[in-house]
Amino acid sequence: MRTFLTGLMRLRRGPWEMLATIIIALGVFMLMQPFVLWAFTYSFITTLVGTVMFIIVSHFPEDE
Amino acid sequence: MTDTIANRAAKATPQKVARKIKGLSDRAIAWIFVAPTIFLLLAINIFPLIWTIQLSFTNYKANRLNREPEFIGLRNYERILTDSDIWLNMQATAHFLFWTIALQVLIGFTLAWLINKKFKGNDLWTTIIVLPMMLSPAVVGNFWKFLYQPQIGLFNYIVAFFTGKDPSSFEMLGSVQLAPWSIVIVDTWMWTPFVMLICLAGLRSIPDYIYEAAEVDRASKLRQFFTITIPMVLPFLMLAVLFRGIENFKMFDLVVQLTGGGPGSTTELTSINLKREAFEKWRTGYASAYAIILFVTVFGLASIYVKALNKVKER
Repeated sequence: MRTFLTGLMRLRRGPWEMLATIIIALGVFMLMQPFVLWAFTYSFITTLVGTVMFIIVSHFPEDE
Repeated sequence: MTDTIANRAAKATPQKVARKIKGLSDRAIAWIFVAPTIFLLLAINIFPLIWTIQLSFTNYKANRLNREPEFIGLRNYERILTDSDIWLNMQATAHFLFWTIALQVLIGFTLAWLINKKFKGNDLWTTIIVLPMMLSPAVVGNFWKFLYQPQIGLFNYIVAFFTGKDPSSFEMLGSVQLAPWSIVIVDTWMWTPFVMLICLAGLRSIPDYIYEAAEVDRASKLRQFFTITIPMVLPFLMLAVLFRGIENFKMFDLVVQLTGGGPGSTTELTSINLKREAFEKWRTGYASAYAIILFVTVFGLASIYVKALNKVKER
């Protein structure tokens, strides 16, 4: 966890990609879940943020 | 001068062509070769995408060409994302996705594990198992439609044989409860071999010396399975899950052939609903926004897929 947070602070590719992946997965889950309509409503913006974030952070430097 | 490939290519170039390209830099020649591909890519992929994004902010209808499309901002997105019918379509897609992937991974991995054991007729069985994958989805949809026939269908007779029910007492494609499962069964039948092949590649990439070392340490077969086989096949399994997830999210042909989205809208997956909005109701602007939502979702999943693929490559 500490390595992950340090990686985020130092703008490293690995942890940021992981975060973007989690946001995309959350967005897809929100899109398809059968529980609450508001989650479906905000699913697209969540997935979009995750995807754009993924494109940006994949240009960050690798972990040493 | 040495007889290199470049020299041979230069010698083989006709004089007329050589004279024309004389004086062009390597970079310019490279651009000449690449330009048709880039042009095609822009014309076929990028231009329609940008146009669809633009249309998604309008109330454009493709069947009313005389009417000027009006800019309506994010209203199409708002309508789609608050529509409970589309939410139900998404749930139907989720049901289809979850069960097809779960069954395909389970059966695919088991088959790969069995095929990986050395036995007589191994290659023949592999060929037989991968046959469904080679068929066209339209063909598969059509012949499963016959198999599901309540009066003459083989599927109903097999179920009747094991359960003692009357074969014509249930209808797989006509029942609200059974229709979602009927499409899951067909997709699993068709695409399990694909998952099996990926798992087989993963199993065959595990070096024998790891198992030999585990044998020396007296690790049981079960422990070897859970501490060597599963962790080493996991990236391959992830790859299969993502690939099937993306493909099934876009599933159209097989389901259209089998149920056409019915009964009611129980098997109306998002792609079928999108086609209805675009080409039956002719709500082009609305359908464009719908397509962009699906595109962003698939693009997001594809990003994860590429990341997983790179991880497998690193191994």
